[in-house]
Amino acid sequence: MKSLKIIVLAKQVPDTRNVGKDAMKADGTVNRAALEAIFNPEDLNALEQALRIKDMVPGSEVHLLTMGPGRAAEVIREGLYRGADGGVLLTDRKFAGSDTLATSYAISTAIGKMKYDVVVAGRQAIDGDTAQVGPQVAEKLQIPQVTYVEEIEKIDAKSMVIRRRLDNGFEVVKAPFPVLLTVHSSAPDCRPRIAKNVMKYKHARTLTELQDATEDYTRLFQDRPYLKIREMGVHEIEANVEALGLSGSPTKVKKIENVVFKAKEAKVINSDEKEIEELIVELIENHTIG
Amino acid sequence: MNNIIVYCETNGNAVADVSLELLTKAKSLANQLKVQVEGILIGNDLKGLEKTLFAHGANVVHKAEDKRLEFYQTLPHTSVVCEIIGKEKPQIGLFGASTVGRDLAPRVASALKSGLTADCTSLEIGEHYEKKTDTTYKDLLYQIRPAFGGNIVATIINPETRPQLATVREGVMKREEMDQPVKGKVKNWDVNEIVGKDDFVIEIIDRKVEDKKVNIKGAQIIVAGGYGVGSKENFNILYELADVLGGEVGGTRAAVDAGYIEHDRQIGQTGVTVRPKLYIACGISGQIQHRAGMMESSMIISINTDANAPINSIADYVITGDFAEVIPRMIRYYKKNSK
Ligand SMILES: Cc1cc2nc3c(=O)[nH]c(=O)nc-3n(C[C@H](O)[C@H](O)[C@H](O)COP(=O)(O)OP(=O)(O)OC[C@H]3O[C@@H](n4cnc5c(N)ncnc54)[C@H](O)[C@@H]3O)c2cc1C
Ligand SMILES: Nc1ncnc2c1ncn2[C@@H]1O[C@H](COP(=O)(O)O)[C@@H](O)[C@H]1O
Repeated sequence: MKSLKIIVLAKQVPDTRNVGKDAMKADGTVNRAALEAIFNPEDLNALEQALRIKDMVPGSEVHLLTMGPGRAAEVIREGLYRGADGGVLLTDRKFAGSDTLATSYAISTAIGKMKYDVVVAGRQAIDGDTAQVGPQVAEKLQIPQVTYVEEIEKIDAKSMVIRRRLDNGFEVVKAPFPVLLTVHSSAPDCRPRIAKNVMKYKHARTLTELQDATEDYTRLFQDRPYLKIREMGVHEIEANVEALGLSGSPTKVKKIENVVFKAKEAKVINSDEKEIEELIVELIENHTIG
Repeated sequence: MNNIIVYCETNGNAVADVSLELLTKAKSLANQLKVQVEGILIGNDLKGLEKTLFAHGANVVHKAEDKRLEFYQTLPHTSVVCEIIGKEKPQIGLFGASTVGRDLAPRVASALKSGLTADCTSLEIGEHYEKKTDTTYKDLLYQIRPAFGGNIVATIINPETRPQLATVREGVMKREEMDQPVKGKVKNWDVNEIVGKDDFVIEIIDRKVEDKKVNIKGAQIIVAGGYGVGSKENFNILYELADVLGGEVGGTRAAVDAGYIEHDRQIGQTGVTVRPKLYIACGISGQIQHRAGMMESSMIISINTDANAPINSIADYVITGDFAEVIPRMIRYYKKNSK
């Protein structure tokens, strides 16, 4: 069977699950520096599905595509450590301020410059939980989408059989290539790093990273071209600049408010036997319980 | 006529709750804008379902019926919804934030090049002044949702593109039937003219959907646990309390992520929204995404070892202590004092 080209969409996100007290600046804006940048969790599930396709169809290749600032190259290295064959960092100042529509436009034009049979995204990114970029990339590429994927059951030359999770059940569908999948967190976790790959790729860098590096990588890169992480910007993807960044984003943030509690006057109850009994009796008497 | 359109999901022979909740909300927004509400129904056998939509305030029901549309599928539904929106030109389009709505709405938004805001917790009408261009936009849809770890609440607008699209989770809006059903009209759409063979390239081989097992949305008493409960076993203490009080157990996302409780029971912005008579929050800090789903409870009791947990500021009763000691006492004194 012909091997497959698989693209994994992976995003670097602030770890909103561990928001500490210093996450907000005094002026009410988010202090991104205080949040650790991580590989979006469901994108790791997506990477695992991609690697499984590669296991099922020998000779297949997995490439990551991530859009973000220079440091998002971290995500690509992480993917390489876990078994991916390569990656592209889509980065350009002109992408700043993109909403999901502008993001999916940029990503889909980048994909247009790559070869693919299957695009695998996470269901959603934890920084916004929108779950929009996957389906919107599929629409822009004019290919079908299969969302909430849990397992790829079978692959043949023309199609795959996929199990997807529904609200209270599941569905099994047969999808032709090319297709875009979004993977649900209930799909298997990603395999760990492979020591051999960590050795092989720990010096993988983008050109921008090289410019800031203290050591000279010229020789190393000549000997080992696979260490070069490809970067693409507006120019490389030949995108319509109007459709990118703020100007390509129909949604605007009108207002951001800090969350202020309207503090109620709460009755404070001691956790001892007597006060808890009094509370329970009060709740029974006013018919809240019982 | 630039109305408000609601995509109405069907399950079996009924219209999904979330769609009826959205129709109710759409009705009040439409009254403010002095426009009408339209509903979209897509399926195989939709006999009579328009009546439910009229009862919830729809003035027009768009029906697309076809044997091939028995089960939801992304591509044909996208084609039909885009066709209807393209012809009817609504100013606002609303979808449930269900597995169906969150699959469909982004694809539709992309095709229409419209802005879409997911998981709104509130929708309002308002205006916006844009300094750069000295333009005032009237009657915009404010799409309001918590963002960024819940430390902020963002109001999103789409000044230029129409329709303005949003998804809303089940339970967030209240559902109300009209005193008198609207005498609305049905508009039938010819599916064959809209969908092509390419819309059916994905084949459904097998499908199993059960009725909802847990219904925390309807529960009058909810005992909810957070990460502070510490383990799946510890949740049994909460189940015991819920059991004696005749309530249900819910949880925070942190508790769901940790595997203490199943996802069906998650309460909050990305779970269900509940409005019980009594909400007992155990080991819950009370981040805004959680509060968004429970703050309209009539009475809130917080049990937390931290006297300054944010949840305490919206609680009616605050018990500072370990839930594992407090709950058994509550159970004991309830049994002793109730007849
Ligand atoms: C986009 C987005 C969407 C989200 N959607 C949701 C959602 O729908 N629902 C949701 O819940 N969250 C949601 N979250 C997560 C939310 O921000 C919080 O992280 C989460 O609600 C915290 O859960 P928690 O209160 O259980 O955990 P924690 O914040 O860890 O709080 C644990 C609490 O337990 C207390 N405690 C510890 N031990 C004990 C004990 N023995 N007895 C009593 N108290 C104890 C601690 O003092 C603490 O207050 C979302 C986040 C994002 C970014
Ligand atoms: N900047 C990005 N770079 C790469 N992939 C992305 C990016 N943004 C979103 N995605 C993909 O789209 C999915 C859904 O993202 P979201 O719509 O932001 O919830 C993510 O899980 C990723 O797979």
